[in-house]
Amino acid sequence: MFKFIARRLLETIPVLLIIITGSFFLMHAAPGGPFDSERRVTPEIQRNLEAHYGLNKPLHRQYLDYLGRLVLHGDFGPSFKYSNRTVNELIGESLPVSLRLGMYGMIIALVIGVTAGIIASLRPNTATDYVPMTLAMTGICLPTFVLGPLLVLLFAMKLKWFNPSGWYDPTDAVLPSLTLGIYYAAYLARLTRGGMLEVLSQDYIRTARAKGASEWRVVLKHALRGGLLPVVSFLGPALAGIISGSFVVESIFQIPGLGRYFVTAAFNRDYTMVMGTVIFFAVLIVAFNLLVDVVQVWLNPRLRFQ
Amino acid sequence: MPLLSVSNLSTAFHTRNGIVRAVNDVSFHVDKGETLGIVGESGSGKSVTCYSLMGLIPQPPGRIESGTAMFDGVDLLHCSKRQLSDLRGKRISMIFQDPMTSLNPYLRVGEQIIEPLLIHGKISRAEATERGIAALREVGIHDGAARMRAYPHQFSGGMRQRVMIAMAIITNPELLIADEPTTALDVTVQAEILDLIKKLQQDHGTAVVFITHDLGVVSGFCDRVQVMYAGRIVETAHVADVFREPKHPYNKALQRSIPAMQRKGAELYTIQGLPPDLSKPIPGCPFVPRCEYVQPECHAPVHLEAVAPDHESACTRVQRGTLHLREQPPETMSATRIDEAFTEEPPVSGRHGQQPV
Repeated sequence: MFKFIARRLLETIPVLLIIITGSFFLMHAAPGGPFDSERRVTPEIQRNLEAHYGLNKPLHRQYLDYLGRLVLHGDFGPSFKYSNRTVNELIGESLPVSLRLGMYGMIIALVIGVTAGIIASLRPNTATDYVPMTLAMTGICLPTFVLGPLLVLLFAMKLKWFNPSGWYDPTDAVLPSLTLGIYYAAYLARLTRGGMLEVLSQDYIRTARAKGASEWRVVLKHALRGGLLPVVSFLGPALAGIISGSFVVESIFQIPGLGRYFVTAAFNRDYTMVMGTVIFFAVLIVAFNLLVDVVQVWLNPRLRFQ
Repeated sequence: MPLLSVSNLSTAFHTRNGIVRAVNDVSFHVDKGETLGIVGESGSGKSVTCYSLMGLIPQPPGRIESGTAMFDGVDLLHCSKRQLSDLRGKRISMIFQDPMTSLNPYLRVGEQIIEPLLIHGKISRAEATERGIAALREVGIHDGAARMRAYPHQFSGGMRQRVMIAMAIITNPELLIADEPTTALDVTVQAEILDLIKKLQQDHGTAVVFITHDLGVVSGFCDRVQVMYAGRIVETAHVADVFREPKHPYNKALQRSIPAMQRKGAELYTIQGLPPDLSKPIPGCPFVPRCEYVQPECHAPVHLEAVAPDHESACTRVQRGTLHLREQPPETMSATRIDEAFTEEPPVSGRHGQQPV
């Protein structure tokens, strides 16, 4: 097991290097730069700015400098947009917010989604299947920028249970978490149902019933492990996505999370911020996929001995 | 009083292509400690019969349309879910056809073996594990303590079937239903598993319902045999009589199709045609389209009736005494010849047709 994890960690080094290199040169190939604004600046100021941030050096030189700082000090560099702030600081400030929101969302998604999926799979093609699955389809089709304002309208404006936006009170997390969670819940419900249906038709489920196992025991002890395997595979990338923040949800609810930087950094040609978010996201994806593989090996003994 | 007596069991599957009557008005009984063989080709309803008794028919699409199955005063087909769960796995156990897929790949073998004990009785885990190891020893797995911790994929097919058997006998059931337990295994392992079931049956006095399509297995293993065709029982008798004096053309045709029972070099007999489509109503004898002895009266409805002591047949002509299958060629064989025939080497292939007939 240790060897497996060590090998997978080593494998991530070239993956990350390719991602860093690719995005660095792509970003610089895009027209425009961080200091090309509509406001005119004198050529001297422009030159000074570029010299200050090292943009006047040849591109390969900039690349090597960046890589060196990153690898040696874990330093993403100063932000080009937010003066006197480093990318590390900005990510460090906003990540906890996105992380909390993401975890709440994921917990909601897991509880609702997996439960609905199991219920639907127990009596396929009956009302207890159609009702949750129709809701799930609706949940998938409903974009967060529709669902979010709808929830605000109902729970904040009409019922006045929560604040419509902001991130001050603990209850401020409820509506954005729901908005985020419902979409994933819908997806998880469908995945769970599919996985459970597949497993429930297996011969060993019949064996369990023949032993006199109750329906609860059949589902929880014999079917759930196998039935959740597709859910676990999906959960890796989904978790990486959900805790690195959602631009849409954070914009709707005015939440100071990480998600908005992904978009604004690209618009601002904030080179170091773009690189920072890309690398951060890549590391998350790699880490969660590794975690998923470990969990799958734990769930599935056939993988354990290979 | 028989241990299990089934009467007028009918099971149907409601599918998109109509209602498939997989089991049609089947009645039989199993006595304490005896072995009843149920023979028939694929789709003849042998497995569905037993799954119906165990409540293992998925409903929908399946539906048990009628019948009763009395086991020690409890009607398995109409009792509460609770009563059925209490019986199955404890007093009635089942072994399935494919040991590769019938064990849960995600759970340790030991966990699965002792599960019937944990479900049906108040027993500590340690005690259950002891009994699990003992059960494994009984089925010929001696390093049970280590094997209990292994997963099914670490076992060979034959070993897995032994595990299935250990799991089925751990509660000392009165009735064991074996659904083609050797079909998925290779020939040498088949013999071992059969011997094992036989031995356990003798040790514990368990009654066995043995589902198979292998007449050879039946001849050496069962006390009584019933032959099924198209969801009905067409003949039932003691094992020797089934072979010595077939009372239904289908049974006779089946025996003529066994390669080992034919003269070497002779062209192998096959039953022409296919079994009937069970989603269409069959008014008379279901074997009519394929029967060599068919007469106009065969199109009338027919039921299983005694035609000799302890020998029932569902052939109209046999019942009326207008058909005597024994007098027909080819020569019938004595029961001893039959056993020899199955232990014989199979004929060398490729020689058919080359020898002058």
